[in-house]
Amino acid sequence: MVLRNWSVRIGGGVLALLLLVALAAPWLGTVDPTLFDAASRDLRPGQAGEITTLDGETLKHVFLMGSDSFGRDIYSRVLYGTRVSLVVGLAAALIALAFGVVAGLVAGYLRWLDGLLMRVMDGVMAIPAVLIAIAVVALWRASLLTVIVAIAIPEIPRVTRLVRSLVLTIREEPYVEAAVSLGTPATRIMFAHILPNTVAPLLVQGTYICAFAILLEAILSFLGVGLPPDIPTWGNIMAEGRVQFVAYPHNVFFPGVFLAVTVLAVNILGDGLRDTLDPKMAKRV
Amino acid sequence: MLVFLLLRLTPGDPAAILAGDAATSEQIAQIRASLGLDRPLVMQFGIWIGKVLTGDLGQSFYFRIDVATLIGQRLEPTFALAGLTILIAVVVAVPLGALAAWRFGGWLDRSLMAFSVLGFSVPVFVLAYLLIWLVSLQLGWLPVQGYVRISDNFFLFVKHLILPSLTLSVIYIALIARVTRASVLEALGEDYIRTARAKGLPEMRVLVRHALANAAVPIATVIGLGVAILIGGVVVTESVYAIPGLGRLTVDAVLARDFPTIQGVILFFSLVYVLVNLLIDLSYVFLDPRIRY
Repeated sequence: MVLRNWSVRIGGGVLALLLLVALAAPWLGTVDPTLFDAASRDLRPGQAGEITTLDGETLKHVFLMGSDSFGRDIYSRVLYGTRVSLVVGLAAALIALAFGVVAGLVAGYLRWLDGLLMRVMDGVMAIPAVLIAIAVVALWRASLLTVIVAIAIPEIPRVTRLVRSLVLTIREEPYVEAAVSLGTPATRIMFAHILPNTVAPLLVQGTYICAFAILLEAILSFLGVGLPPDIPTWGNIMAEGRVQFVAYPHNVFFPGVFLAVTVLAVNILGDGLRDTLDPKMAKRV
Repeated sequence: MLVFLLLRLTPGDPAAILAGDAATSEQIAQIRASLGLDRPLVMQFGIWIGKVLTGDLGQSFYFRIDVATLIGQRLEPTFALAGLTILIAVVVAVPLGALAAWRFGGWLDRSLMAFSVLGFSVPVFVLAYLLIWLVSLQLGWLPVQGYVRISDNFFLFVKHLILPSLTLSVIYIALIARVTRASVLEALGEDYIRTARAKGLPEMRVLVRHALANAAVPIATVIGLGVAILIGGVVVTESVYAIPGLGRLTVDAVLARDFPTIQGVILFFSLVYVLVNLLIDLSYVFLDPRIRY
């Protein structure tokens, strides 16, 4: 039923293709994305040039997307950048969901903790996501893990609110009441009876978080506060390319297109999932 | 509070950055003492919160002036950018959303929905460079980047702001148009619309006075919530267009590990966000006379 939806098909298809590109990056005619060759600086897309590997071997190489001011191959960098974006998007969504689900279940089920927990969440929500992420990255040295965590933190309150509101509805259902009267422990009720009924809306929410996380990672890298510049990410490539944007727009153009297409695919997938899995939410938006 | 603790636990040493590479460890220690960084964390926090309450945000490590003064200096560009963005977004998005709902399922509706998904997906800085390339470099209509103060030259001020505001308004338009469409659509299904049509009111009047007026509260709400996106967008847009506003200041401060400035700016942004949403909450009284506080 889900697979019959065209949004799911298109979004999922594009994502599957990107995943394939990420996994197969070394075999798609790429060179080491960090390799630079002073002789092949600032090449236009499609120009042929040479690149010398660390072993001193000189390869003939066609720079499909041109090269940057260090003579690095943009095509290779963009392809390897796919890995970072997908990993960050997926991991941030999973972390936000994991923490959000636990907090939401606790807030929705244990009423005495509800007030305190939700006030903390409101506090986090009062600060715009980009600022929290920037602050967290400034706090720890930027690495893959810290960037993922920094992006996940501002998303946790949203998941918590969603789960909490779902729990508040589900806990009134007869089967939960039945479980309570049988003396089932609270943790078992939360995870075995309530949690399975929140999966569909969470899946939809998770997709949107994933899209936002990919976007935010690129923004952080682009501002120079994200992953270290030696890691090829789309944001980093664009940050390095922006200095000479006027003369060589391809440095910004190609990673930008990849970024936009990826986020678009995830968003379309999310819309499709929402329409098929969560018709109630589809009407609301 | 959160902001303070988060930032002070960072491993980067601002004293070492300020002193430069050639400094001896005695010099660094001296700078640290003069900035108050040698005192225990709790004391630093106590001093900071006490000063914030009296309007003193401390002194910037990097710019060597009061953070409050610094924020004041950077206020104009950011407010001008945000103000023009909101203006463009509301003027474009509300009529479009209402018309899309009016002709639900029509070409305008479908293209607007496609545009809004696109608007959510294309990152602000990608869009910014696309617009710079097209409007400034290819067509040569507007300056590439920079900022002119309103008091210096009003014409140039507007000219420099158009492109950044357009860039920033796209995602905002997507958001507002979507919500306008949804809430007008809901209002159009109500009985009073049928009554209004039955008594022969012109269609425009039905749409504006009856449907749109009843959809005003959710639209106002989303304009307020969208300010969070706007603040994030301001940080990026100001960096791309080299506008010396608060967003640019945030990035510079993070790169220089200038804690008082980072704290001050984040505190300021959060305050503005909360305040805007409070004002929006209060505006419900005017938008919907049934609401009373």
